[in-house]
Amino acid sequence: MPGKLKVKIVAGRHLPVMDRASDLTDAFVEVKFGNTTFKTDVYPKSLNPQWNSEWFKFEVDDEELQDEPLQITVLDHDTYSANDAIGKVYIDIDPLLYSEAATVISGWFPIYDTIHGIRGEINVVVKVDLFNDLNRFRQSSCGVKFFCTTSIPKCYRAVIIHGFVEELVVNEDPEYQWIDRIRTPRASNEARQRLISLMSGELQRKIGLKVLEMRGNAVVGYLQCFDLEGESGLVVRAIGTVCTLDKLSNTSAFLPACNSPSKEMKEIPFNEDPNPNTHSSGPSTPLKNQTYSFSPSKSYSRQSSSSDTDLSLTPKTAPSPQGPRIFLFPSSPTLSCDSPHLKKSCLLLSGSALNPLHSSHVSPVVLRKSVSFTEELLLAASGMGSGSAGKEGGPFKTLLRQQTQSALEQREFPFFTLTTFPPGFLVHVGGVVSARSVKLLDRIHNPDEPETRDAWWAEIRQEIKSHAKALGCHAVVGYSESTSICEEVCILSASGTAAVLNPRFLQDGTVEGCLEQRLSWQPGFFSIGSEKGEVDFFPQSQDSSSLLGIEEASPPGCGFCHIPYDELNMPFPAHLTYCYNCRKQKVPDVLFTTIDLPVEAIVIGKGCLIQARLCRLKKKAQAEANATSISNLLPFMEYEVHTQLMNKLKLRGMNALFGLRIQITVGENMLMGLASATGVYLAALPTPGGIQIAGKTPNDGTYEQHISHMQKKINDTIAKNKELYEINPPELPEEIIGSPIPEPRQRSRLLRSQSESSDEVTELDLSHGKKDAFVLEIDDTDAMEDVHSLLTDAPPPSGFYSCNTEIMPGISNWTPEIQMFTAVRVSRLGNINLTNQTLNKNFNDLCENLLKSLYFKLRSMVPCCLCHVNFTVALPEDELVQIAVTAVAITFDKNQTLQANKAPTEKSQQRASTDNEEQLQFPLELCPDPLASQPSLPAKEVLEGATSQTGIPAAQRDRCNSWIELIKLKAQTIRRGSIKTTASLDKTSPLAEGYLRHRSVPSCTNSTVSVVKMTPLSFLPGAKITKYLGIINMFFIRETTSLREEGGVSGFLHAFIAEVFAMVRAHVAALGGNAVVSYIMKQCVFMENPNKNQAQCLINVSGDAVIFVRESELEMLPVQPSTVVSQPTSSGGDVTT
Amino acid sequence: MTSDLDIFVGNTTLIDEEVYQLWLDGYTVSEAVSRRLRGGLLERSGTSVSVLQSDTRDHFRTFQMLERLLHSPPRLCQQLLFQIPPPRQAALIQGYYAFEPALARELLGKKLSKGTKKELDEVSARTGLSLRACRRQFDNFKRVFKAVEELKGPLAELIQQHFLLPPPLARDYAAIVFFANSRFETGKRRLQFLSFGDLAACAQHMMGHWTQGAMTPEAAEPDGDVPRSFLQDLKELKVLVSDKDLLDQHKSLVCSALRGKISVYNEMETNFKALSRALVNVGLKLPHPRDVRDFFVDLVEKVLDPCRSDHWSLGDLRLFLGSYTTAPRALGGFRHQLLWERYMAGISACLLRMYHE
Repeated sequence: MPGKLKVKIVAGRHLPVMDRASDLTDAFVEVKFGNTTFKTDVYPKSLNPQWNSEWFKFEVDDEELQDEPLQITVLDHDTYSANDAIGKVYIDIDPLLYSEAATVISGWFPIYDTIHGIRGEINVVVKVDLFNDLNRFRQSSCGVKFFCTTSIPKCYRAVIIHGFVEELVVNEDPEYQWIDRIRTPRASNEARQRLISLMSGELQRKIGLKVLEMRGNAVVGYLQCFDLEGESGLVVRAIGTVCTLDKLSNTSAFLPACNSPSKEMKEIPFNEDPNPNTHSSGPSTPLKNQTYSFSPSKSYSRQSSSSDTDLSLTPKTAPSPQGPRIFLFPSSPTLSCDSPHLKKSCLLLSGSALNPLHSSHVSPVVLRKSVSFTEELLLAASGMGSGSAGKEGGPFKTLLRQQTQSALEQREFPFFTLTTFPPGFLVHVGGVVSARSVKLLDRIHNPDEPETRDAWWAEIRQEIKSHAKALGCHAVVGYSESTSICEEVCILSASGTAAVLNPRFLQDGTVEGCLEQRLSWQPGFFSIGSEKGEVDFFPQSQDSSSLLGIEEASPPGCGFCHIPYDELNMPFPAHLTYCYNCRKQKVPDVLFTTIDLPVEAIVIGKGCLIQARLCRLKKKAQAEANATSISNLLPFMEYEVHTQLMNKLKLRGMNALFGLRIQITVGENMLMGLASATGVYLAALPTPGGIQIAGKTPNDGTYEQHISHMQKKINDTIAKNKELYEINPPELPEEIIGSPIPEPRQRSRLLRSQSESSDEVTELDLSHGKKDAFVLEIDDTDAMEDVHSLLTDAPPPSGFYSCNTEIMPGISNWTPEIQMFTAVRVSRLGNINLTNQTLNKNFNDLCENLLKSLYFKLRSMVPCCLCHVNFTVALPEDELVQIAVTAVAITFDKNQTLQANKAPTEKSQQRASTDNEEQLQFPLELCPDPLASQPSLPAKEVLEGATSQTGIPAAQRDRCNSWIELIKLKAQTIRRGSIKTTASLDKTSPLAEGYLRHRSVPSCTNSTVSVVKMTPLSFLPGAKITKYLGIINMFFIRETTSLREEGGVSGFLHAFIAEVFAMVRAHVAALGGNAVVSYIMKQCVFMENPNKNQAQCLINVSGDAVIFVRESELEMLPVQPSTVVSQPTSSGGDVTT
Repeated sequence: MTSDLDIFVGNTTLIDEEVYQLWLDGYTVSEAVSRRLRGGLLERSGTSVSVLQSDTRDHFRTFQMLERLLHSPPRLCQQLLFQIPPPRQAALIQGYYAFEPALARELLGKKLSKGTKKELDEVSARTGLSLRACRRQFDNFKRVFKAVEELKGPLAELIQQHFLLPPPLARDYAAIVFFANSRFETGKRRLQFLSFGDLAACAQHMMGHWTQGAMTPEAAEPDGDVPRSFLQDLKELKVLVSDKDLLDQHKSLVCSALRGKISVYNEMETNFKALSRALVNVGLKLPHPRDVRDFFVDLVEKVLDPCRSDHWSLGDLRLFLGSYTTAPRALGGFRHQLLWERYMAGISACLLRMYHE
């Protein structure tokens, strides 16, 4: 019995009139949690009742606390008939369950009814008294923090990034139960909302348990989705990345000693330390124990034999006499500020004389056309990344890979849902890996054993893992999963970016070998572990100093572009050059990834949103036949989407894509593919060649003319785009980079022909590895159309930029004004005689028009950038296409941009200043001095508190924390209030001077509806996030039987989305927050029946509630209590604004 | 490919002031689109007509949803559905409650009833405003009228409080409510030269000088009406014109005070008795509801017209009214000094405002 939930109902306002006779309402409130219900008194005849109830107390298990939502129902008392429900409020109390988040939920909540929408507001106060449960077999996981943000949250530091966590729960959908035939739509909707709320609570609790098992304390990049499988049930699934996080303000506030290691570190230059006594071969033991378990993947069975033979050689060379070497180098010239914390180190392992190691080959596209529906269809979409290791780089990488591989091999899935990483974490990026599978849905018979769904996902993840391995990568980053369901067919998709990671951050893995430590699991385990790890690594740094000269030349600005796979055994034909930045390592000609642009990446010019859009008709079919035809279409779609992306990228004169997201949607009679990504020009990669058009019938004069005309148009567009996006890379003498190209390519061809005999590769060569220009052959009208469509993409109007990543490369000086929005369009595809071409054109126009109208709407914000543009396509009915876009428009200062461009070296510092904080803070733990005696003590203590394993001391600390948080919170709310009034006065003045300034405006401000910002990004420009209050995860259903009266479909959905925003804002405000970051609308299912005047819509949104402080306010901080002041590094971040 | 559904929802509600004005002016979506096109928006922003249509529809939909809240502005400030920065809220309210003076002039003194609402199409034709805009403005008048009908205290401040209007606008509304309460006749052709501004100023002067709120701040009666007690007391002023001695004394006092000071001294001297009678009689008619409606007609016909025909300047009138008001202080038999000055202060202010040379 470890929790007491207390609820107080204070008042209501603006209630609807429930009694027509008196135009008033006799309202009372039911408060329900689990199976317990309390009621307030009836407050008669008022639309603004003041209940001021007693504290309703619920004594419950923490398991229940995690699963159940608090349910508040407002009713109208009726003496003669049944009481009428006015509406409900569901409050997720999860944020109250971990000590660092909110301490109280208090505020006005919109009263929501699934039929009528928002009907007034209610003021509620909720508190939880939690007692720590020390039972290790408990089923609850209170205290595990959840973040939607796909990077390390801004006021935390990652001690360890453990890895992937996933879970799913299934249930019957109440909408499809027999009882639904006799109950009202309202009852049915409420049953559904409640069930989903329960399921997501349960899911989160189960994930939390897994996190504790992995000895983490947080899930970052938490993505929870619903699959409405119709008849066969309801699936709620989630993935995330388990981390051990450490709160930054805590460490600096309570344990200032924590800063010392980094300072000492600065004084001891690692690389030059001549002390040979510490030389030891410490780490060779764990290395010997490594198992190179490259499990041959099913789909590459042809190649696996060859890779196995390779593998058998390598373990022998690994423990070579000299022992592997490690060496550290101070990296990141971009961080060359004066602060001592800025020193960052990267770890690279080197073994001497190692054979090149690679796991397996992968063809650019591996297609297995499935005949039966269960056989999944795969596509290694990785074809874009290509290349090989440089001469010196190879061995380094190999050993590095071995090291981390051993760490990662022991994990079932070495996946990370993060898209942004601490500096130094990402070593190399291989390319995009993706897998899709078509499944037939069947009824879930036993909700407690969701084996089938689990097995489906496990298969897909296995595929992803093997694809990554084929790219010479041991991990997948920027990983995400999605589904598309139509009737009983379901496409499961997963994608990510194959990468090589720095083992330093995966401590858990490196310590894996030390069994004795593992067994004695103590609260202090982590710190001991990490310290140990450090000691293991450290001694090698001395003898590796000789290698310094070689590796230092590879700055981190290009390191991630260097190919992780082996040049001699390239997984697919590609076109390699030496890195344009460091000239030491090989890079591919084009790089596709699903992650955000790394902070340290050197980019030339600005980025832009690139979309590939595609429709394919398919015959209407049932069950297996349907699944088969979808399976057959998928590879072709995937191929075309990639071709389009590649063409559009070239057309913009760019060479890399970030944040790639390919969505394939299945409908009754068609499939739709929409890929969005942000194109950039990476300085490290070669300049892309142009696009060459070649005709098939060269004899025809007019045709020739036409071709040349088109060629000219394309060339013009490329030139124009280069100007538009300010892409002007420094000219390089050709001979430096030109020569090594053909040779490796031939070699790889040679090897390739040995290992495989298939001609699929040439057929579906995604890498387009032609030397210079990229040739488009026009052999029929289709191809002509394609070229035309290439040229129809209009660039955004001047002053606008757009991207689908967190930050726009090349723009840095954001101003604080942001506008988050959701736009939805549903279009009818009218005519019956549709062809793929007209469909494509229609779809293309729909997207382009939507973008155009967004630019028009936001024209007052110019110059601005649409960031995190997220398109979602759905095919709700036969001829209907629904597109939903959520993005944020951020204004920036144009003048400063020009300056910034002149000094490209500052590039990474120009990032949103919130990022800086992370950069500054992270390295603290990156290289603690192993010689210092107590460097890890602080970390240990914090961990105790976080994992709540130590009982009383931890609890005390928690209380202490929360008390200080409370003070901070108060200080912030006071400050917030004052700022708001001044701002409003400022803004009014340009209006009719003095006309309404003094009286009417303050009266508006007095009403204290606090402003809550929302953004899909993980940060707020010009502001610092001081606290994460918990995850917001809400699901709403809205239904109407009077569609026309509510303004038709547009009026209905407009109101509903506005209501969803309002409810999210109200919850955040009640938690004491003033913003939602990483906001995402995960689902928007809209169904209409105009003939019956009915419509229904389901929306699922999530995000992180936070408190932020404007940087301008931070400067005034010395007045604030010392806890807030003790975030010293923020002053460093301020410089950038 | 037609778009069935097309919406845009911002976390901060986007409001385009130009489109808001078009909506307030009562245009339909297609009319508004063509107006925006004429404004050259297409050329400036390089977009297409369909984009403009979708944008206009979206804004209009937002305004329709906001309209319900605009009916009670404090709710607009408290509601959670639309996140609008306070200055924007104030601008929205001000825009919604702004009215066309020509329309208000037409409606002054009329009962704010359904009957009047039905006549709005004529008003619309006369003023050139769209019927929709007329209806909205009429409904605003009626809503404000209803809201303060039963309340006590200074009218303009009450309105400001309940509708969060800027003070000058609130004062105009107070005048409209005052007229709607007292039902002065203003529609006569003779009065057409008076603008809404003139009449509103008169109403403010009358409220300022005559109502309860003017005397004691914590008034017991609503300000929209002139208190009955005051009106009843006005009967006492009859003596100034009925008693021949008093009238003669009054005249000589005024004449001696003004000799050489005004350019129309002779005309004033000959007309004094007629003017004085007219000024007092206006007051005597005030307590009778049926005669009240002639208030402005009387002032114009019996006071201002004679002055105008004699070419009085505004300064002359001011000097005359000044000494005419203060002279009775020296009248031995006159005991209602305070009442007289309170009455004359209101009348003088009205006359000076209404006198167009």
